[in-house]
Amino acid sequence: MKARILITLKTGVLDPQGKAIQKALGSLNFDGIDGVRQGKVIEIDLAETNEVAARKQVSDMCDKLLANTVIENYDIELIPSAA
Amino acid sequence: MKSAILVFPGTNRERDAADAIKLVSGKAPTMVWHQETDIPDVDLIVVPGGFSYGDYLRAGAIAARSPVIADLMKKAKSGITVLGICNGFQILTETGLLPGSLARNTGLDFLCHDVHMKVDNNQTRFSNKYAPGQIIRFPIAHHDGNYFADPDTLKKIEDAGQVVFRYCTPNGDISMQGNPNGSINNIAGLTNSDGNVMGLMPHPENLIDPLLGGTDGRIMFESLIGRAA
Repeated sequence: MKARILITLKTGVLDPQGKAIQKALGSLNFDGIDGVRQGKVIEIDLAETNEVAARKQVSDMCDKLLANTVIENYDIELIPSAA
Repeated sequence: MKSAILVFPGTNRERDAADAIKLVSGKAPTMVWHQETDIPDVDLIVVPGGFSYGDYLRAGAIAARSPVIADLMKKAKSGITVLGICNGFQILTETGLLPGSLARNTGLDFLCHDVHMKVDNNQTRFSNKYAPGQIIRFPIAHHDGNYFADPDTLKKIEDAGQVVFRYCTPNGDISMQGNPNGSINNIAGLTNSDGNVMGLMPHPENLIDPLLGGTDGRIMFESLIGRAA
Protein backbone atom coordinates (compact mmCIF):
# COMPACT_ATOMS: atom_id res chain seq x y z
CA MET A 1 0.00 0.00 0.00
CA LYS A 2 1.15 3.52 -0.72
CA ALA A 3 0.54 6.47 1.58
CA ARG A 4 0.43 9.95 0.11
CA ILE A 5 0.78 12.64 2.77
CA LEU A 6 -0.18 16.21 2.06
CA ILE A 7 1.47 18.70 4.44
CA THR A 8 0.15 22.26 4.49
CA LEU A 9 0.76 25.32 6.64
CA LYS A 10 -1.93 26.00 9.22
CA THR A 11 -4.25 28.94 8.72
CA GLY A 12 -2.67 32.06 10.17
CA VAL A 13 0.91 30.93 9.52
CA LEU A 14 2.59 33.29 7.10
CA ASP A 15 3.60 31.61 3.82
CA PRO A 16 6.16 33.85 2.06
CA GLN A 17 6.72 31.26 -0.69
CA GLY A 18 3.00 31.17 -1.45
CA LYS A 19 3.01 34.98 -1.58
CA ALA A 20 5.93 34.98 -4.05
CA ILE A 21 4.12 32.44 -6.26
CA GLN A 22 0.99 34.59 -6.14
CA LYS A 23 3.01 37.63 -7.27
CA ALA A 24 4.62 35.67 -10.10
CA LEU A 25 1.22 34.42 -11.29
CA GLY A 26 0.00 38.01 -11.26
CA SER A 27 2.96 39.09 -13.36
CA LEU A 28 1.95 36.39 -15.90
CA ASN A 29 -1.47 38.09 -16.05
CA PHE A 30 -3.39 35.37 -14.20
CA ASP A 31 -6.12 37.43 -12.58
CA GLY A 32 -8.51 36.71 -9.75
CA ILE A 33 -6.11 34.86 -7.44
CA ASP A 34 -7.15 35.46 -3.84
CA GLY A 35 -4.34 33.49 -2.27
CA VAL A 36 -1.65 30.85 -2.80
CA ARG A 37 -0.40 28.43 -0.13
CA GLN A 38 2.52 26.10 -0.75
CA GLY A 39 2.85 22.72 0.94
CA LYS A 40 4.60 19.44 0.31
CA VAL A 41 3.71 15.88 -0.67
CA ILE A 42 5.47 12.81 0.71
CA GLU A 43 4.83 9.34 -0.70
CA ILE A 44 5.68 6.24 1.33
CA ASP A 45 5.53 2.62 0.20
CA LEU A 46 4.23 0.51 3.08
CA ALA A 47 4.42 -3.23 3.73
CA GLU A 48 1.24 -2.95 5.81
CA THR A 49 -1.90 -4.10 3.97
CA ASN A 50 -4.52 -3.28 6.60
CA GLU A 51 -5.90 0.20 6.04
CA VAL A 52 -6.62 1.01 9.70
CA ALA A 53 -3.17 -0.11 10.82
CA ALA A 54 -1.52 1.72 7.92
CA ARG A 55 -3.31 4.96 8.72
CA LYS A 56 -2.26 4.73 12.37
CA GLN A 57 1.36 4.02 11.39
CA VAL A 58 1.53 6.96 8.99
CA SER A 59 -0.22 9.25 11.44
CA ASP A 60 2.49 8.40 14.03
CA MET A 61 5.15 9.16 11.41
CA CYS A 62 3.57 12.57 10.79
CA ASP A 63 3.37 13.44 14.49
CA LYS A 64 6.93 12.31 15.20
CA LEU A 65 8.78 13.58 12.12
CA LEU A 66 7.05 14.34 8.85
CA ALA A 67 5.01 17.37 9.98
CA ASN A 68 5.79 20.10 12.48
CA THR A 69 2.38 20.27 14.07
CA VAL A 70 3.17 23.68 15.57
CA ILE A 71 2.77 25.20 12.10
CA GLU A 72 1.63 22.38 9.79
CA ASN A 73 -1.43 20.22 9.17
CA TYR A 74 -1.28 16.86 7.45
CA ASP A 75 -3.72 14.79 5.46
CA ILE A 76 -3.16 11.11 4.69
CA GLU A 77 -4.38 9.37 1.54
CA LEU A 78 -3.95 5.59 1.31
CA ILE A 79 -3.66 4.01 -2.13
CA PRO A 80 -3.96 0.19 -2.30
CA SER A 81 -1.30 -1.47 -4.48
CA ALA A 82 -2.49 -2.66 -7.87
CA ALA A 83 -3.19 -6.42 -7.72
CA MET B 1 32.87 25.64 33.37
CA LYS B 2 32.57 22.29 31.63
CA SER B 3 30.76 22.33 28.32
CA ALA B 4 29.81 20.11 25.38
CA ILE B 5 28.96 20.97 21.78
CA LEU B 6 26.70 18.68 19.76
CA VAL B 7 27.79 18.03 16.18
CA PHE B 8 25.53 16.79 13.38
CA PRO B 9 26.32 16.11 9.71
CA GLY B 10 26.19 19.61 8.21
CA THR B 11 26.93 21.51 11.43
CA ASN B 12 29.49 24.21 10.58
CA ARG B 13 29.71 26.63 13.53
CA GLU B 14 30.92 24.21 16.20
CA ARG B 15 34.51 25.50 16.11
CA ASP B 16 33.39 29.13 16.40
CA ALA B 17 31.34 28.17 19.45
CA ALA B 18 34.29 26.23 20.89
CA ASP B 19 36.61 29.22 20.38
CA ALA B 20 34.18 31.54 22.16
CA ILE B 21 33.79 29.20 25.13
CA LYS B 22 37.53 28.54 25.35
CA LEU B 23 38.28 32.27 25.21
CA VAL B 24 36.07 33.13 28.17
CA SER B 25 36.36 29.95 30.28
CA GLY B 26 39.87 28.75 29.41
CA LYS B 27 38.47 25.24 28.92
CA ALA B 28 37.87 23.62 25.55
CA PRO B 29 34.42 22.05 25.20
CA THR B 30 33.93 18.36 24.42
CA MET B 31 32.59 17.75 20.93
CA VAL B 32 29.77 15.18 20.94
CA TRP B 33 28.83 13.44 17.68
CA HIS B 34 25.11 13.02 17.02
CA GLN B 35 25.34 9.21 17.13
CA GLU B 36 26.47 9.26 20.78
CA THR B 37 23.81 8.38 23.31
CA ASP B 38 25.54 9.98 26.32
CA ILE B 39 26.54 13.60 26.69
CA PRO B 40 29.26 14.01 29.38
CA ASP B 41 28.33 15.70 32.68
CA VAL B 42 28.72 19.39 31.87
CA ASP B 43 27.36 22.79 32.93
CA LEU B 44 26.54 23.92 29.39
CA ILE B 45 25.45 22.12 26.22
CA VAL B 46 25.61 24.10 22.97
CA VAL B 47 23.65 23.13 19.87
CA PRO B 48 25.58 25.11 17.25
CA GLY B 49 24.68 26.60 13.89
CA GLY B 50 25.00 25.12 10.43
CA PHE B 51 22.82 23.18 8.06
CA SER B 52 22.31 19.83 9.75
CA TYR B 53 21.14 17.28 7.17
CA GLY B 54 21.08 20.01 4.54
CA ASP B 55 17.86 21.41 6.05
CA TYR B 56 16.05 18.43 4.46
CA LEU B 57 12.35 18.10 5.35
CA ARG B 58 12.50 21.19 7.63
CA ALA B 59 15.47 23.05 9.13
CA GLY B 60 16.55 21.05 12.20
CA ALA B 61 13.87 18.36 11.79
CA ILE B 62 16.12 15.36 11.19
CA ALA B 63 18.82 16.43 13.68
CA ALA B 64 16.10 16.71 16.33
CA ARG B 65 15.48 12.94 15.96
CA SER B 66 19.16 11.93 16.28
CA PRO B 67 20.32 9.41 18.93
CA VAL B 68 22.02 12.15 21.03
CA ILE B 69 18.74 14.05 21.47
CA ALA B 70 17.28 11.68 24.10
CA ASP B 71 20.10 12.54 26.52
CA LEU B 72 19.85 16.25 25.60
CA MET B 73 16.15 16.17 26.55
CA LYS B 74 16.94 14.40 29.82
CA LYS B 75 19.70 16.85 30.76
CA ALA B 76 17.64 19.90 29.72
CA LYS B 77 14.76 18.71 31.88
CA SER B 78 17.14 18.27 34.82
CA GLY B 79 18.08 21.96 34.55
CA ILE B 80 21.41 21.86 32.67
CA THR B 81 21.98 25.02 30.61
CA VAL B 82 21.33 24.51 26.89
CA LEU B 83 22.10 27.14 24.25
CA GLY B 84 20.92 26.73 20.65
CA ILE B 85 22.34 29.09 18.06
CA CYS B 86 20.78 29.50 14.59
CA ASN B 87 20.32 25.91 13.33
CA GLY B 88 20.62 24.93 17.01
CA PHE B 89 17.60 27.14 17.77
CA GLN B 90 15.69 25.43 14.94
CA ILE B 91 16.68 22.01 16.33
CA LEU B 92 15.55 22.97 19.86
CA THR B 93 12.10 24.07 18.61
CA GLU B 94 11.85 20.81 16.64
CA THR B 95 12.56 18.81 19.82
CA GLY B 96 9.87 20.75 21.68
CA LEU B 97 12.36 22.07 24.27
CA LEU B 98 11.51 25.56 23.05
CA PRO B 99 8.04 26.74 22.01
CA GLY B 100 7.09 27.90 18.51
CA SER B 101 8.81 27.32 15.21
CA LEU B 102 11.16 28.98 12.71
CA ALA B 103 9.75 29.47 9.22
CA ARG B 104 11.16 30.84 5.96
CA ASN B 105 12.26 34.52 6.14
CA THR B 106 9.43 36.76 4.90
CA GLY B 107 11.65 38.28 2.19
CA LEU B 108 12.60 34.73 1.06
CA ASP B 109 16.29 35.73 0.95
CA PHE B 110 19.11 34.04 2.80
CA LEU B 111 20.26 36.85 5.09
CA CYS B 112 23.91 37.29 6.00
CA HIS B 113 24.62 40.61 7.72
CA ASP B 114 24.72 42.25 11.13
CA VAL B 115 21.51 43.04 13.02
CA HIS B 116 20.75 45.03 16.13
CA MET B 117 18.89 43.59 19.07
CA LYS B 118 17.58 44.96 22.31
CA VAL B 119 18.07 43.03 25.54
CA ASP B 120 14.50 42.47 26.69
CA ASN B 121 15.34 40.35 29.73
CA ASN B 122 18.75 40.49 31.43
CA GLN B 123 17.60 38.34 34.34
CA THR B 124 18.52 35.07 32.60
CA ARG B 125 21.62 32.93 32.91
CA PHE B 126 22.35 33.80 29.26
CA SER B 127 22.04 37.58 29.50
CA ASN B 128 22.88 38.67 33.06
CA LYS B 129 26.00 40.62 32.02
CA TYR B 130 24.03 42.81 29.58
CA ALA B 131 22.39 46.02 30.77
CA PRO B 132 18.58 46.10 30.66
CA GLY B 133 17.49 47.49 27.28
CA GLN B 134 21.05 47.40 25.97
CA ILE B 135 21.28 47.60 22.18
CA ILE B 136 23.73 45.05 20.82
CA ARG B 137 24.92 44.01 17.38
CA PHE B 138 25.25 40.36 16.26
CA PRO B 139 25.65 38.81 12.79
CA ILE B 140 22.90 36.65 11.30
CA ALA B 141 23.24 34.01 8.58
CA HIS B 142 19.98 32.16 7.95
CA HIS B 143 17.16 31.37 5.56
CA ASP B 144 14.60 30.15 8.09
CA GLY B 145 14.68 32.54 11.02
CA ASN B 146 11.13 33.82 10.99
CA TYR B 147 9.95 33.01 14.52
CA PHE B 148 6.31 32.01 14.82
CA ALA B 149 4.13 30.95 17.73
CA ASP B 150 0.34 30.69 17.85
CA PRO B 151 -1.46 33.47 19.77
CA ASP B 152 -1.94 31.43 23.00
CA THR B 153 1.70 30.29 23.07
CA LEU B 154 2.89 33.81 22.25
CA LYS B 155 0.90 35.28 25.13
CA LYS B 156 2.40 32.74 27.55
CA ILE B 157 5.92 33.49 26.30
CA GLU B 158 5.44 37.24 26.62
CA ASP B 159 3.67 37.11 29.99
CA ALA B 160 6.43 34.95 31.45
CA GLY B 161 9.22 37.23 30.15
CA GLN B 162 10.78 34.44 28.11
CA VAL B 163 11.84 36.78 25.29
CA VAL B 164 15.50 37.64 25.86
CA PHE B 165 16.36 39.51 22.65
CA ARG B 166 14.28 41.44 20.11
CA TYR B 167 15.38 42.69 16.71
CA CYS B 168 15.50 46.49 16.56
CA THR B 169 16.83 49.38 14.51
CA PRO B 170 20.30 50.75 15.40
CA ASN B 171 18.43 53.31 17.56
CA GLY B 172 16.60 50.60 19.44
CA ASP B 173 13.16 50.88 17.81
CA ILE B 174 11.42 47.53 17.91
CA SER B 175 9.67 47.95 14.56
CA MET B 176 9.25 46.15 11.23
CA GLN B 177 12.12 48.31 9.99
CA GLY B 178 14.45 46.65 12.45
CA ASN B 179 13.03 43.17 11.82
CA PRO B 180 15.16 41.26 9.28
CA ASN B 181 13.09 38.10 8.83
CA GLY B 182 9.47 38.73 9.86
CA SER B 183 9.71 37.19 13.34
CA ILE B 184 6.56 37.71 15.36
CA ASN B 185 6.97 40.48 18.00
CA ASN B 186 10.55 40.88 16.65
CA ILE B 187 11.62 37.85 18.70
CA ALA B 188 15.30 37.03 18.08
CA GLY B 189 15.91 34.80 21.09
CA LEU B 190 13.89 33.26 23.90
CA THR B 191 14.11 30.78 26.76
CA ASN B 192 11.89 27.90 27.83
CA SER B 193 9.58 28.48 30.79
CA ASP B 194 12.19 27.14 33.24
CA GLY B 195 14.79 29.57 31.86
CA ASN B 196 17.57 26.99 31.39
CA VAL B 197 17.20 26.54 27.62
CA MET B 198 17.66 29.42 25.18
CA GLY B 199 17.61 29.62 21.40
CA LEU B 200 18.51 32.56 19.20
CA MET B 201 19.05 33.07 15.47
CA PRO B 202 21.93 35.62 15.61
CA HIS B 203 25.48 34.41 16.24
CA PRO B 204 27.06 35.52 19.55
CA GLU B 205 30.07 33.26 18.90
CA ASN B 206 31.11 35.43 15.96
CA LEU B 207 31.51 38.70 17.89
CA ILE B 208 33.93 37.74 20.65
CA ASP B 209 37.07 39.65 19.70
CA PRO B 210 37.65 43.28 18.64
CA LEU B 211 39.56 41.88 15.66
CA LEU B 212 36.26 40.43 14.41
CA GLY B 213 34.45 43.75 14.69
CA GLY B 214 33.10 43.69 18.22
CA THR B 215 32.60 41.83 21.45
CA ASP B 216 28.83 42.02 22.02
CA GLY B 217 28.57 38.24 21.67
CA ARG B 218 31.29 37.56 24.19
CA ILE B 219 29.09 39.03 26.93
CA MET B 220 26.66 36.13 26.51
CA PHE B 221 29.40 33.60 27.20
CA GLU B 222 30.63 35.71 30.12
CA SER B 223 27.09 35.66 31.52
CA LEU B 224 27.12 31.87 31.35
CA ILE B 225 30.59 31.58 32.88
CA GLY B 226 29.77 33.97 35.70
CA ARG B 227 26.95 31.71 36.70
CA ALA B 228 28.98 28.52 36.67
CA ALA B 229 32.01 30.01 38.49
